[in-house]
Amino acid sequence: MPAPIRLRELIRTIRTARTQAEEREMIQKECAAIRSSFREEDNTYRCRNVAKLLYMHMLGYPAHFGQLECLKLIASQKFTDKRIGYLGAMLLLDERQDVHLLMTNCIKNDLNHSTQYVQGLALCTLGCMGSSEMCRDLAGEVEKLLKTSNSYLRKKAALCAVHVIRKVPELMEMFLPATKNLLSEKNHGVLHTSVVLLTEMCERSPDMLAHFRKLVPQLVRILKNLIMSGYSPEHDVSGISDPFLQVRILRLLRILGKSDDDSSEAMNDILAQVATNTETSKNVGNAILYETVLTIMDIKSESGLRVLAINILGRFLLNNDKNIRYVALTSLLKTVQTDHNAVQRHRSTIVDCLKDLDVSIKRRAMELSFALVNGNNIRGMMKELLYFLDSCDPEFKADCASGVFLAAEKYAPSKRWHIDTIMRVLTTAGSYVRDDSVPNLIQLITNSVEMHAYTVQRLYKALLDDISQQPLVQVASWCIGEYGDLLVSGQCEEEEPIQVTEDEVLDVLEGLLVSNLSAPVTRGYSLTAIMKLSTRFSSVNRIKKVVSIYGSSIDVELQQRAVEYNALFKKYDHMRPALLERMPIMEKSATNGPTEIVQTNGETEPSVVEPKHPPLVTQPANQANDLLDLLGGNDVPVIQTTMPTKPASAGGELLDLLGDLSLSGGPAPAPAPSVPTSQPSFLLDGLSSQPLFNDIAAAAIPPMTAYNKNGLKIDFTFERANPNPNIAVITIHASNSTEADMTDFVFQAAVPKTFQLQLLSPSSNVVPALNQGTVTQVIRVLNPQKQQLRMRIKLTYTLKGSPVQDLAEVNNFPPQSWQ
Amino acid sequence: MQFMLLFSRQGKLRLQKWYVPLSDKERKKISRDLVQTILARKPKMCSFLEWRDLKIVYKRYASLYFCCAVEDQDNELITLEIIHRYVELLDKYFGSVCELDIIFNFEKAYFILDEFLLGGEAQETSKKNVLKAIEQADLLQEVRTVLYQQIDTDTSTTN
Repeated sequence: MPAPIRLRELIRTIRTARTQAEEREMIQKECAAIRSSFREEDNTYRCRNVAKLLYMHMLGYPAHFGQLECLKLIASQKFTDKRIGYLGAMLLLDERQDVHLLMTNCIKNDLNHSTQYVQGLALCTLGCMGSSEMCRDLAGEVEKLLKTSNSYLRKKAALCAVHVIRKVPELMEMFLPATKNLLSEKNHGVLHTSVVLLTEMCERSPDMLAHFRKLVPQLVRILKNLIMSGYSPEHDVSGISDPFLQVRILRLLRILGKSDDDSSEAMNDILAQVATNTETSKNVGNAILYETVLTIMDIKSESGLRVLAINILGRFLLNNDKNIRYVALTSLLKTVQTDHNAVQRHRSTIVDCLKDLDVSIKRRAMELSFALVNGNNIRGMMKELLYFLDSCDPEFKADCASGVFLAAEKYAPSKRWHIDTIMRVLTTAGSYVRDDSVPNLIQLITNSVEMHAYTVQRLYKALLDDISQQPLVQVASWCIGEYGDLLVSGQCEEEEPIQVTEDEVLDVLEGLLVSNLSAPVTRGYSLTAIMKLSTRFSSVNRIKKVVSIYGSSIDVELQQRAVEYNALFKKYDHMRPALLERMPIMEKSATNGPTEIVQTNGETEPSVVEPKHPPLVTQPANQANDLLDLLGGNDVPVIQTTMPTKPASAGGELLDLLGDLSLSGGPAPAPAPSVPTSQPSFLLDGLSSQPLFNDIAAAAIPPMTAYNKNGLKIDFTFERANPNPNIAVITIHASNSTEADMTDFVFQAAVPKTFQLQLLSPSSNVVPALNQGTVTQVIRVLNPQKQQLRMRIKLTYTLKGSPVQDLAEVNNFPPQSWQ
Repeated sequence: MQFMLLFSRQGKLRLQKWYVPLSDKERKKISRDLVQTILARKPKMCSFLEWRDLKIVYKRYASLYFCCAVEDQDNELITLEIIHRYVELLDKYFGSVCELDIIFNFEKAYFILDEFLLGGEAQETSKKNVLKAIEQADLLQEVRTVLYQQIDTDTSTTN
C-alpha cells in the first residue's frame, strides 16, 4: 500500500475544493484510506494519519474512530507520536466515555518519564481534561511533581493540582504540605501558578483561607519587588514587570483580606502604591489598576483608599477605550450600594454613557443610572432616562420602563409629575411595558385622588392618537370607565379641560372593542369600562345595546362578561349603581395575610412592631428583579402592590376585595396604616344569587372590654380580614376617664406561639382625659390553627408626671374571633 | 478560562481549545452560536460581551478572531493581554504569523498554546521560556530514539 499522504499535502488538497460537496468527497476518500491504515496496525504512519484526522475533525467531520489510535500513540515511545497522541486525546476524547480511562496508565508512566517534555505532555493533558477517576488515581504523582526542584515541571504540576482540586475537592488536603515553600521560588512561572493554586484552595475552604493568611506579608513583598524593580526584559510588558503575576497576586490578596482587618491593613500601603504608580497609557496598566480597584473595594480598606478606587473608576469612565469604560461601569455597579455618595459624584459621566453605541455599555449605564436616582436628582435623571427610553433598542425598553416606574414611585416630587412621567412612558414605550405594570399603574392613579380628572383627560387624548399599545389602552380604558364623568364634565384643574361628549367617549371605547389591534384582554377592559359608564353617563340605552350585542361574542371571556352585565341590567338593576360605583382607594399592602409578623412565645416580652412597610412581595422571576435589588437595597423598601384580582376574571375589577376605605391618600408610599372597616362585597358570580354585601362576618363578632383599670379602659372591636379568614383584625380603643391626659401611651401585646401578630401604628400616644377621645390601634392576628385567642398586654403611660406600667392577660375573646 | 476559539471572518474554525468537559455535539453548537454572535458585532464595539452565563473576551488580529470565554471572577483586561501574548508567541515562532501558518501548522499552534496555558490558566509568563520549551520539544522530534530505527519525518518542521 502506498504511503499515506502527508498532512500538509492533505490540507492543501482539501483547500482546493470549490464546493462543500467536493470537500466532503475528498474527506470521505481520505477517511477510508486512514481507516484501512488503522486496521493494518501500521505504526509508522499512525501519527501522520491521526494528525490528518484531527484536521478533518476541526473542519467538522466525525473522527471518533481515531480515539483508540490516539491511545496507541500515547503509549508509543516516540516523542512525536506522544505529542500528536496527547493532542488527539484532548480533542477527541471526553470524560463521559469510558475509553478515556485507558489513558490513565500511560499518563502515569509518562509522569515518571526521564524526559521532562514527556512529563510535561502528561501533566498538560491531565490538567486539561482529566476526569475525576483519573485525578483520583494520579493525584499522588502530581503531588510528587509539585515538590520537584525542576521549575518547568513544578509550574505545570501546580496547575494540574488546581484541576485535580476542581474535579475532586476532597483531595485538596493532600497538596497542602507541598505548598509550603512555593512562594519562595524565584521562577515567575512557578510563582504565577502557585498563586493560582493558593487562590483555588482559599476559595474552596475557609480553613485553608485562615491557614494561608500568614502569607500576606510575603505576597506584599513579591508585589513590591515587581513594582520597584527595574526593567526586566524577560517579563516586561509595555514597561510593566510581569503584569500577569501582579494581577494574580492582587486577586489572592483580595481573597485573603476580605473580612479580615489585620490582613487588610497589611496590604493598604501596597495597594495605594500600585494604584498611584501604575502607568495607565496602555491596556496592561489599566488591567492592573482594575484588579487593584476590585481588591480595594472588597477588603476592609480605609476610606481614603476607597475614594481613591472610585476615582480611578471615574477616570476609567472618561477613557477613550470603550473596554475600559465597560469595566468601569461594571465595577461601579458592584459598589454603588456600599459607596453610594462617592459614585454619585460621577453621575453625569455615567449618564453620558447612555448615549454610547455599544450595547453592553448602554445596559450597564442604564442599570447604574437607576441605582443612582434619588430624591434630589430625580427630575434631571428622569429627563435623561426618558430620552434614553425613547431612543434605545427594544431589548432595553421593558427594563427601562420598569425602572422608570419604580424610580418615579419612590421619588416623585409631585403627583402631577408622577402622572406625566407615567403617561410619557406609556406613550413612548407602551407596548414594552410589563404586564404587571398595568395593575400597579391603575392602583397608583386611584390613589392620586385630586389628579383623576387630569389623568383621565390625558389618557383619553392619548387614546385618540394611538390605540396600538396595549398597556396604554388598558390603563386608559380602565380610567375612562372609572372617571368618565369627570371627563365629560370638563372639570380639569391642571390643564385646559377638553370638551368631549358622552357619545364621543363611547365611540372611542366601542372602537377598541372592534379594532384588530386590541388584544382580548384589552377588549375585556373596554367592555367593562363601557358598563361602568352606565352609572356615570346618561346614555344608558346605548350601553345596553352594546352589552347585549357582545352577549353572543365568539370570545368566551367577552361573552361571559356581556351576559353578566346584561343580567345586571335586567334582573339586578337595583344593585347596579352600588356595584359599579367608584373604586375605593386600594390598600398598599400584600393581599394574603400580614407580611411583617413578629413571632412571640407568650412571654411578657412585648411584640411591638414598627409600622414598617411590608417587604417586597415575591416578584415573577424577571429582570425587574435586578433593578429592584439595586433600588430597593438599603433604602425604604419599594411598596409592591398586588391587584387583588386580575382584570381578566369575570367582573373582578368591579369589586375590590380588599375594600379599604382609608383616606390615607397623598404621595405613593403612604406611611399611615389604613384601618379596614366594613366588609367588601363578593362577586356576583354569573347568574348565582349570592348576597351582594357579605356583612355577616363583620357584624357577627361583638366587641369586648379587654382592660379596665385606674381609669384606663381598652376595648377591642373585631373584623375578619379578607380574603384570609385566619386573620382577625382587632382595633383597640383606649379611653381615659381620669382628670389628666395620659401621655406617652404605648400599647404592647404578645400572643402564644401558635399565633402571629402584627401591630400597626396607633392613632396617637396621648389618651385625652375625661373620655374626650380615644386612641385607636390596629392589631392583626394570624391564627392558622384556629386556637383559642389569648393575649398578654402591656401598657405604659405617663399620668400627672409619673410613669405607669401595667401587664394584663386578655382571655375573654369571643369565640367568633378565632373560630 | 473555559475555552478558546480561533476563527476566520468567514466563520471557519482554526483552533478550539476546551478546558471544560463538553460533548462534541455541545461544543459544535456553542462554537457555531458564539461565532455567529461575534461576527455580527460591529467593529467599534466593546471587546467584551455577556453570552449565556459566560463572559466573552475577543479580539481580531488581521483575518483571525481570537475568542476566550472566562469566568465571572476573571479580569477581562488581563485576558486581552493573554490573547495578545499568545499572538506574540505565534508571531515569534512562525516569523510574522498569518492565518495560513495556523491553518497549515495547526498542531504547532496547539503545542505553543499548551506551553503557555494549562487548564485555562497561564503557566509561564516569560515569552522567552515558552519559546525555548517549544524549541527543545521540536528538537526531540528530530532525534532518533534508541528503540526505533526509522526516522520520523511526518511532522518535521522542514515540511
